[in-house]
Amino acid sequence: MTAVFDPGAQAARATDAILADTLGGTERGIVVDSPPGAGKSTLVVRAALELAAAGHPLMVVAQTNAQVDDLVVRLAEKDPGLPVGRLHSNDTDPYDKVLDGLANVRKSAKASDLAGLDVVISTAAKWAHVKNVEPWGHAIVDEAYQMRSDALLAVAGLFERALFVGDPGQLDPFSIVGADQWAGLSYDPSASAVSTLLAHNPRLPQHRLPVSWRLPASAAPLVSDAFYPYTPFRSGTDHGDRRLSFGVASDGSAPDRVLDEAADSGWGLLELPARHTPRTDPEAVRAVALVVRRLLDRGGAATSERSPDPVPVTADRVAVGTAHRDQAAAVRAALAELGVTGVAVDTANRLQGREFDVTVVLHPLSGRPDATAFHLETGRLCVLASRHRHACIVVCRAGVTELLDEHPSTEPVQLGVTVKFPDGWEANHAVLAHLAEHRVRWPG
Amino acid sequence: MSLISTLARLEAVESGRARPTATVLHRHLTDRPLVLVPLTTAGEAGAPLGALVGTDREAPRLLTVSQPRDRDLRFAFLAELAEAVLPHMEAYEDVVEPAERNETDPETGKRTRVEVELCADAPQLIVPSRAGIEFVRLLGRSMRFRRTAEEDPDTPYPAPARVPLLGRWLTHYGERARVPGSSLLLAATDLLNRHWATGQSSLEDQHLGALLAWIDAPAGESGASAALRAELERDGEGQLLCPPAGPATDPAFDNRLLAPAIEKYDRARTSLAAAEDGLAADARLAELTAAEREIRALLADVTRPTWDAVWRGLDLLRELPEGARAEDRWTRDRWSFTGHRDRVRSGEPPQPRRDDAVTAAQKLASRETAQAQLEAQEALDDPLVLAGRRLAGEAFVAGVTEVVMAYSESKRPSPRPLVTVRTDEHPHLGERTKVYRSLEGRPQTAEFAGYAEPEDGGPPLLVLRILDRMGRSKEPAPGSVPEPGDRIVWTLFEHDQRGGPKLPDPEQTPWTHGGPPGAAGHTESPDPVTAEDLL
Repeated sequence: MTAVFDPGAQAARATDAILADTLGGTERGIVVDSPPGAGKSTLVVRAALELAAAGHPLMVVAQTNAQVDDLVVRLAEKDPGLPVGRLHSNDTDPYDKVLDGLANVRKSAKASDLAGLDVVISTAAKWAHVKNVEPWGHAIVDEAYQMRSDALLAVAGLFERALFVGDPGQLDPFSIVGADQWAGLSYDPSASAVSTLLAHNPRLPQHRLPVSWRLPASAAPLVSDAFYPYTPFRSGTDHGDRRLSFGVASDGSAPDRVLDEAADSGWGLLELPARHTPRTDPEAVRAVALVVRRLLDRGGAATSERSPDPVPVTADRVAVGTAHRDQAAAVRAALAELGVTGVAVDTANRLQGREFDVTVVLHPLSGRPDATAFHLETGRLCVLASRHRHACIVVCRAGVTELLDEHPSTEPVQLGVTVKFPDGWEANHAVLAHLAEHRVRWPG
Repeated sequence: MSLISTLARLEAVESGRARPTATVLHRHLTDRPLVLVPLTTAGEAGAPLGALVGTDREAPRLLTVSQPRDRDLRFAFLAELAEAVLPHMEAYEDVVEPAERNETDPETGKRTRVEVELCADAPQLIVPSRAGIEFVRLLGRSMRFRRTAEEDPDTPYPAPARVPLLGRWLTHYGERARVPGSSLLLAATDLLNRHWATGQSSLEDQHLGALLAWIDAPAGESGASAALRAELERDGEGQLLCPPAGPATDPAFDNRLLAPAIEKYDRARTSLAAAEDGLAADARLAELTAAEREIRALLADVTRPTWDAVWRGLDLLRELPEGARAEDRWTRDRWSFTGHRDRVRSGEPPQPRRDDAVTAAQKLASRETAQAQLEAQEALDDPLVLAGRRLAGEAFVAGVTEVVMAYSESKRPSPRPLVTVRTDEHPHLGERTKVYRSLEGRPQTAEFAGYAEPEDGGPPLLVLRILDRMGRSKEPAPGSVPEPGDRIVWTLFEHDQRGGPKLPDPEQTPWTHGGPPGAAGHTESPDPVTAEDLL
């Protein structure tokens, strides 16, 4: 007899263990690995509230201002009475105006103004400038895998102990200059904060959130197998819990057919004829824009565990992901030409941590003559393939499989550096093999 | 590769000549650079074979090692190299100008300005290729931990007096060469590749001879065929007419010429040692000297073409006027040189084998700042570089069509004029994207406020809101707001870079990074002597 899988109970057990270590553990650090959409933010908010309730003043380190503002809003939603400090920069409009409407959120550019508040939140960049303050007893470091080791070095003196939360499968931090000289050192400043932390403190407790609430049952197995082969997770919902439907029937065109395929199976591949193209491949960019336009025109509606009735898939629930900024700019221009507004179009770096109903992805290797380390990076594909709650449509030129076979990884092996597995080559093949089953050719 | 450099390469292929990718010189070249063409021994890392060095292109100094595996000869070579390089360095050490620097007072913790010396110029070192820079680093690493008999009377193999000092200087130069835009130690190939695009692959661009063939092809021949000759053409004995720029040598040279010559030298040495009377010794010494001379002649022949190529490359580069902001970066190099001079003089130990966590983070941060600054400065100095950024949507040139006065919504309203501009370029502007222009050499910030439909049709106009540099009063300072008819370069990247945050002192390294390095006062011990040091 097999036990009935209860994702809620399993996730709750993991969360309880994490909170027990955070509140009562003896180690100075705790690391929590969270796959896409596994409730990382929820965990951060809950841990913050419990620490505050236990009388431990807390600092929270996030990576971007948007993440900080989002956390402040979530904290205020959960506990409007909690005194929260938002430490911000001296720039113009340093924080989201929404925060002005929250009664117990104090905002300041000086850490001394926020002393004594239960929770003080800011970006790693801002925290790095805070000097000469009494260290906090506790800290939470959010998106710790996207934080660079040198950024942690700058802030680690501000706290005694910390909870590090992040997604190991997303994009690694990068530097704009070469850092090979330090490769293999435990404190390589260009590595992620977590790898440095664990290299120096290998015995820290490590936890894992086991359930993705974002990814549908159609996506979780693929993303888990391709990007997290040794730390599998599953989706919190089952097949049939989520449905995507259209008010307008297909007109038989390739964009409509790939939309139907994606609505049906959760994945769609719109394949253009093989060709070497410039980065802003005009045909592929137009195909992406057309798919988005048809998705909105056909009145997409999403049914999920969140509400009993279908919810319209509006522009703000749709995202387009690309590898490069000029590609994103080209897609934005193409969408504007088709009269579509309000759709988030951005690179993988900037889509990290965000969630949509449907995503349309321009494949990083589409039309390329070569497969560089940048385009093969596992995290890039993982981010692009794991932002959606319902369906993901990939637009790509044919021939990427052959391209991959012609370009095995040739990065130099650095002594002392842990080899990341799976590598981008392997992960790309896994995803392509799956997408091939949901292929629509255009022109068909 | 950016679109404009791809275009330049395509044009180079079509025309058979390298295409300029810069209109000004983006690195500072001193009047008297010290050129170093080093050679290394195949199969043995860090065993120098010879070098041409000097500041006079007509009279390079040739240094050779007749038997590269002989440690005594190697030390003699390094001692000679120190005598060739260090006087050049020292000539700059005492020509100083007064300067000011911000320093933190260790007692009060306050930032104060202190009067310090800044060397008026710095010695510049030029090597042929990027591999040459690596070799300079390797030489520095192999020398700086050596001890002289004076420093340590017990050391079994004392180094000649000035060798460790040369090691420290070469290490400093090798490390400085990693800072984007620095000019203390430069590779000729990097310099040429920065200013010209050829029609060959970037791998082939590392070949100095082939690179020069594209940039300065002989009359009547295409760069491609001249480059092919430079790479492949051999004489009757199978030797390359354009030997590799080193430090590695051509295997055909090693096998057919160098190895027999070294063997002859070894034989002469053995027989000299075995000589039984003075007469025989004299004759055998003559043989040894002849063998030595033969090796010197061989090495002179393979380094001289590279030596001349480096100087030819410098001639070509000097035809370009220096970029306005290159001087500013050279000043940083002078600070770097002065700083190391002071560290040597104050008796600090040699640079450690590995950076500690704080030093590594500091270096990375300062290099990232330098990289961003270099990219911005090159674009501001050079219309051709700016064109590349414009093509990439990171800058645009626009004519001002209208200026409307507006004010910020605060208790003390400040001017926030709205400037409407027309451009046919396609900058990547999003809501409230910041753009910058240069106003009297300093950046002025504006933000993108939206599109406006022109009355005469045509592409939409851009509306920019000026944010700063207009003075403190309610009316903007004269000249600080664009006027209709102005044509202005706007960039989406910042012109200046803010420095990063101050990191903790190495003694305060936090637990996440392993705590403070070593015990207090810990210095690196010299390299232990291993079996491999004794042949």
